[in-house]
Amino acid sequence: MAAFLCSQFLFLKAQENNKLPGEIHGNFEMTTQFYSVDTIIGAPIVPEKVLMNGFLNLIYTKDKFTAGLRYEAYQNVLQGFDPGYAGSGIPFRYGTYSGDLLEITAGNFYEQFGSGLIFRSYEERGLGVDNAMEGMRVKAKVRPGIYLKGMIGRQRLFFAQSNGIVRGIDGEFNLNEAFEGLAEKKTKVILGSSFVSKYQADDNVTYNLPENVAAAGGRLNLIRGNFSIFSEYVYKANDPSADNNFIYKPGQAFFISTSYSTRGFGLNLSAKHIDNMSFRSDRNENINNLLISYLPALTKQHTYNLAATLYPYATQPTGEVGFQADLTYKLKKGTWYGGKYGTSVLVNYAAANGLDTTSVDDLNTTRQAYKTNILSTGDIVFFRDFNIEVTRKLSKEFKLKASYFNFIFNNDVMKLAGKPGTFYVDIAVIDLLYKFNKTHSLRTEFQNMWTKQDQGNWATFVAEYSLAPHWFFSFMDQYNYGNPVESKRLHYPIFSSGYNTGGTRIMASYGRQRAGIFCVGGVCRTVPASNGVTLSITSSF
Amino acid sequence: MKVLIFSLFIAFSFPIFAQDGGREIPSVDVKDLFGNNFNTGDIDNEGKPIIISFWATWCSPCKRELNNIAEEYVDWQEETGVKIIAVSIDDARNMQKVKPYVDGQAWDYQVLLDPNGDFKRLMNVNNVPHTFLVDGNNQIVWQHNSYSEGDEYELYDLVKKLSSGEKIDSH
Repeated sequence: MAAFLCSQFLFLKAQENNKLPGEIHGNFEMTTQFYSVDTIIGAPIVPEKVLMNGFLNLIYTKDKFTAGLRYEAYQNVLQGFDPGYAGSGIPFRYGTYSGDLLEITAGNFYEQFGSGLIFRSYEERGLGVDNAMEGMRVKAKVRPGIYLKGMIGRQRLFFAQSNGIVRGIDGEFNLNEAFEGLAEKKTKVILGSSFVSKYQADDNVTYNLPENVAAAGGRLNLIRGNFSIFSEYVYKANDPSADNNFIYKPGQAFFISTSYSTRGFGLNLSAKHIDNMSFRSDRNENINNLLISYLPALTKQHTYNLAATLYPYATQPTGEVGFQADLTYKLKKGTWYGGKYGTSVLVNYAAANGLDTTSVDDLNTTRQAYKTNILSTGDIVFFRDFNIEVTRKLSKEFKLKASYFNFIFNNDVMKLAGKPGTFYVDIAVIDLLYKFNKTHSLRTEFQNMWTKQDQGNWATFVAEYSLAPHWFFSFMDQYNYGNPVESKRLHYPIFSSGYNTGGTRIMASYGRQRAGIFCVGGVCRTVPASNGVTLSITSSF
Repeated sequence: MKVLIFSLFIAFSFPIFAQDGGREIPSVDVKDLFGNNFNTGDIDNEGKPIIISFWATWCSPCKRELNNIAEEYVDWQEETGVKIIAVSIDDARNMQKVKPYVDGQAWDYQVLLDPNGDFKRLMNVNNVPHTFLVDGNNQIVWQHNSYSEGDEYELYDLVKKLSSGEKIDSH
């Protein structure tokens, strides 16, 4: 409504002044899938036969004003998305005025304090995640180097809002900007601090629940030359919820990341400790709904089909300890080891374990449930991931990328795959690119996964022919040749083709899609198997 | 009611669709690689063309595009003075890995961090890679979504046109 009023006002005002009436831009996406019956792969029967997800964003700008809205339609929602997305409507609309001192937003907005550990309202359309705020937000630049933000509102839950109210303030202090004498110093320091609280009425008959739950955090970003550290700590007051089985223990989260990089070399080491940090604006919600805090997985986000969608790690908000090392290195060109064009090497290792806890028998009294030490790591292995990727241009026409992955995946904790237990997985991928000329190229992927657990071995073959700058044609087959059940040793072939022009992309695919887990950030969505035709159009204008 | 608002919005907006040439770069605060706030309204290349490319550390085609252009970038700069701004949409999960990756690959681009997608949304980017071309008057005159091997030649032809003062068809 605010957006509409804003745009109307602006339009009329613009007419009065007889000036340029501002600009309007937007984007559009529509994905339609026709589902065929395919009981062998376990594709669920879709009574509608055809399902569609789509949206249209419009943004109007005129000088210091911006107004926007998004129309969304789910007729009905595609398989694999939460069925809470039902029907259509305009769940997102806003107006913003950006002045020199203040920026004011009324309506819907996305916002993040610090790294998002204490508060992140965001959208990940491909996963169906959208916890946009509806309310008001003010940002202020009080003086150079000092940035303040305050917001209040309710989070989006499909086409409705949360029962709970979220409010918070955040301050950031950039020392080098604030003090003139420090502007040219080699050491850069940025400090930040946030306070977020939620209100939800006590709706529980068994327990006497806190209606206001507060969280506070601080962060530090220190950079000196090639070296940098980012660290953030958040403490959350007792917040009994369905996630933590209504215990009254406070929660905490700690994240530290250090980097060192020079030309041709980059190293990042990170660690985190998450304890009872599920923070939602409705204590009874689950899955990815109404999350206030954002707790990303501290693992590499893989892109090859077998490495990305069968056993990805998902954050355990009730408690985990994680560590990651990530190295980027470029071998010099013109050497025997670097080759004529140089060679890029990426090495990554990630580990996640449970917390080191001692049980406390107080479930009928103080309900703390356990004690934990922030400096130690529990014995239960949640996840291990070692991977290496080497990219080398062999000649003007030929480029080779070879990768190896080794995972240990504890499905008793993750509960993402079909069978219980811990899976030990090796994956190798060879990716070859051949350029016929400036615009024609063929890329092929040969992937193989070895594991004795779950569904056994898999192989994937991909061939992608592209005619720059408009067309591409691709074929992919995934083959579960090592499935312990012989009748499940199936092929999943799929053809795709697409056309791009300007900001528009039209894509069609036909074939089988394997059941899988699609993740962005630490958030995952499980998608059931399907067979059929998919058409999608995205456009930005 | 909602439908009414929506249709009115469209109706009132219509005269605004008539825009000639490009579009301004929207203004929003993002971060640079040193944690400082940077307003996208300050993007500038002293009258020469600018390429704004949205990417992420987890996006293979994005990295292919920027690595391929990196090999040509010195020549492109010499010939046209073009400047490339690589906007990473990595969120807190990978944001700290952006600088090590950029330095590790020896990219000479200006790199900005847009961890909550604020700039991405204002630029109407659906998914990455998404590349924009900005002319000497800081107007967005062309865009392309996705990357195929060889797309950079079309992009560079357009950069050369802009650099020699020709107008290009905006999509």
